[in-house]
Amino acid sequence: MSALQTISSLIYLVSAVCYVLGVHLMRSPKTARKGNGLSAVGMFLAVITIIVTIIIEGKIDAIGWVVLLVGLALGILYGVVKARKVPMTDVPQLVSLFNAVGGGAAATIGIFDYLLKGDGAGLSVAFSLPVFLDVVIGGITFSGSLIATGKLSGHVSGKPISIPGSRLLNIIVVIAILASAYLMMGLTTNVWYVTLALAMSLIFGLLMTLPIGGADMPVVVSLLNAFTGLAVAFAGFVINNQVLIIAGALVGAAGTILTLQMADAMNRSVANILAGGFGTGDSDSGAAAADVPVDVKETSADDIGLQLAYAHSVMIVPGYGLAAAQAQHEVAELAKVLTDQGISVNYAIHPVAGRMPGHMNVLLADVNVPYEQMKQLDDANPMFESTDVSLVIGANDVTNPLARESGNAISGMPILDVDKSKSVVVIKRSMSTGYAGVQNPLFAMDNTQMFFSDAKKGLQEIVAATKQYLE
Amino acid sequence: MSQELFTNLAIFVLSLLVGFEVMSKIPATLQTPMMSGANAIHGVVVVGAFVIAAEANSALFYVLAFLGAFFAAVNVAGGYTVTDRMLGMFDRKPAAKKGEAEQK
Repeated sequence: MSALQTISSLIYLVSAVCYVLGVHLMRSPKTARKGNGLSAVGMFLAVITIIVTIIIEGKIDAIGWVVLLVGLALGILYGVVKARKVPMTDVPQLVSLFNAVGGGAAATIGIFDYLLKGDGAGLSVAFSLPVFLDVVIGGITFSGSLIATGKLSGHVSGKPISIPGSRLLNIIVVIAILASAYLMMGLTTNVWYVTLALAMSLIFGLLMTLPIGGADMPVVVSLLNAFTGLAVAFAGFVINNQVLIIAGALVGAAGTILTLQMADAMNRSVANILAGGFGTGDSDSGAAAADVPVDVKETSADDIGLQLAYAHSVMIVPGYGLAAAQAQHEVAELAKVLTDQGISVNYAIHPVAGRMPGHMNVLLADVNVPYEQMKQLDDANPMFESTDVSLVIGANDVTNPLARESGNAISGMPILDVDKSKSVVVIKRSMSTGYAGVQNPLFAMDNTQMFFSDAKKGLQEIVAATKQYLE
Repeated sequence: MSQELFTNLAIFVLSLLVGFEVMSKIPATLQTPMMSGANAIHGVVVVGAFVIAAEANSALFYVLAFLGAFFAAVNVAGGYTVTDRMLGMFDRKPAAKKGEAEQK
């Protein structure tokens, strides 16, 4: 090991420690920001080290510098502007976009080294296997994450898209990927072999993500995030750089745990989600109308305003529908009107409320909802018995009392005990089921009233009605 | 198996284990920022973009190096910025202190 290698390896080690400690600190709300900062310091050290390394080694030519610096400058500009300007409701798709390009970068490195090091000669499996894994996983995350971004932002339909003959197509694509593995590892280097691997993995990413519904996308984004971590780790094998291996494996493992936690909170298995065809969010299919409980009580904004104005304690239960309608400003306004009159207002936040776990907290924090009003599942549930009015906004499955019984699609899922409060008001667009496809008996209970409306419009009406009773 | 490959494999496996350990039990509130933070960490692929740019010597390689640098820079710069913005929302209000104390 030369002196340069020794020093750079040691600094990479320090930066790897920064990532691990950073992730550790991010587990607590108090230290989370510091953790991300520490991880950024690690990244800064790694980048400085590689800059110094390539300058001292002096292998890079003038064109190399130009493409590198222009690429970096454009990337930093685009990334920072996007990240600064994005509204908080659109964060999930932005994370997915950043994940896509991370996978793309990893795949690019694999392709580069395969073509450069191979140069017409045969490659050892020790080298070509990581290249193959890097290119294929990177390619899958690139196209898969772009589709996820499209689905979350509405550019691609959030409905599960089924492709005719997709099963057969899947098999063909997998066979082609395996064939490309053989070509890349068993034969002399050829640009077409790696092109085949890349093209097939891009197609596989599309086929994998298109049939999955929009409501399940967060889990998919998280899974693809873990994939990108692995692709980056394999890129580290390819260029023999340990900081890529450590950081990539760390993200691969961490992302897997996150994915499992999200799927668990939704009472879905990752395998189920990947099987596709579910997760349309609030499905409006007429077929489900057959077994709708008919004896629900409908109410008006005016009546809800009256109830809220005379309540002592109100619990707001925000769900996917609130996030989708971007009604967080309206809900914060309603809460403010009520708290100004001395009415106790809290938010019961289910782990998977919103578009991603924890996303609802971010949305509410963005509109200045005080942190102490946001109650997580375990803190919120004991509070329902002393709650006068529970206001369920665009949430369905997470309030379904059927989860306490066995033998249905949501059995055992942790739910908010909304039904225990004195009165329940549900704001929802229609009687359709949530993505679990199960009817919610909460809607037909004696103390429940339904207000059929879009979350944003409905809340505006309720705010107006409430004000009139409070004046 | 070469010494180098074995060392890398050992590092890979142990890092996976560290990732599993360090990540368990995340409060739901922090899951989205955590995903975004982890997403920023795999932006370390930018180091790889430097490595390939240093070796590029033909048109195809320059194009690949450019793409790698651009993609990785978007990942790393955007990733850290958006994560910091999200986390900043939780600590910008004095009231947040009380809420955090309750969570403990």
